[in-house]
Amino acid sequence: MARVVVDVMLKPEILDPQGQAVQRALPRLGFEGIADVRQGKRFELEVEGPVDEAALARIHEMAETFLANTVIEDFTVRVDS
Amino acid sequence: MTSRIGVITFPGTLDDRDTQRAVRVAGAEAVPLWHRDKDLKQVDAVVLPGGFSYGDYLRAGAISRFSPVMESVIEQAKAGMPVLGICNGFQVLTESHLLPGAMLRNNHLHFICRDQKLRVENAETSWTVDYTSGQEISVPLKNIDGRYVADARTLDMLEAEGRVAFRYLDGNPNGSLRDIAGITNEAGNVVGLMPHPEHAVEPLIGTGRTDGLGFFTSILKKLVNA
Repeated sequence: MARVVVDVMLKPEILDPQGQAVQRALPRLGFEGIADVRQGKRFELEVEGPVDEAALARIHEMAETFLANTVIEDFTVRVDS
Repeated sequence: MTSRIGVITFPGTLDDRDTQRAVRVAGAEAVPLWHRDKDLKQVDAVVLPGGFSYGDYLRAGAISRFSPVMESVIEQAKAGMPVLGICNGFQVLTESHLLPGAMLRNNHLHFICRDQKLRVENAETSWTVDYTSGQEISVPLKNIDGRYVADARTLDMLEAEGRVAFRYLDGNPNGSLRDIAGITNEAGNVVGLMPHPEHAVEPLIGTGRTDGLGFFTSILKKLVNA
């Protein structure tokens, strides 16, 4: 079965306090040199049948209407090989 | 005839009973609606109450938006039926694109629960006609995903069209842009806000004030005069 990965990230202009909290915790834990952290979501879709253009178009539509809220988030769709 | 106001229960809704009570305190009939029913039972208006519908999975309000009852609510709201979204209900309304913008985690990342002072900025919507423009009220606020965001163009449009319905006073509790606590659609029939007017309708409980009752008397007035 083919896997398609949808990554969803907050748009660059949207404040991400969770990412900031992670970034601020890093030096305390001994991880130096990380200037910024943004936290996102990753969806792994196990697709039945071939991942052709039509299937990818449907997944794109799914990401746009449901997996991501495009008011605040960007997304990418890629086939995991 | 008594006005009939529907109150939707999703799995994970918390404030449906309080909302039904607020509707009755104002003098209307509260009609419970279930998320799986497309039938709105011929109600005159609908309230989407607070809580954590579908566990807030994916994003707050994201899954509720696709429930059968919301199909009917979206269709009828566009045709002019009054709809009020409180807290999680507001999140459902933005996810449904009945209201612009989106809700995100509070900027300080904490759940917040306190009495919150608000200014009523628009006293002409279906849910605010019993207030006066500029009136200050205090109602409970309790959420973790309460930060209202929208792009600058949308915010400018909301301001220019008088569609910022409520603004936070005495300190912004969650990082909402331009201190926005609630907004309305262009027609004024759909209103959403994060604070909870339904918890402030009787002097014996909650804040000890009845500042929230005006939402429910407003809609009654609107329906009776319609």
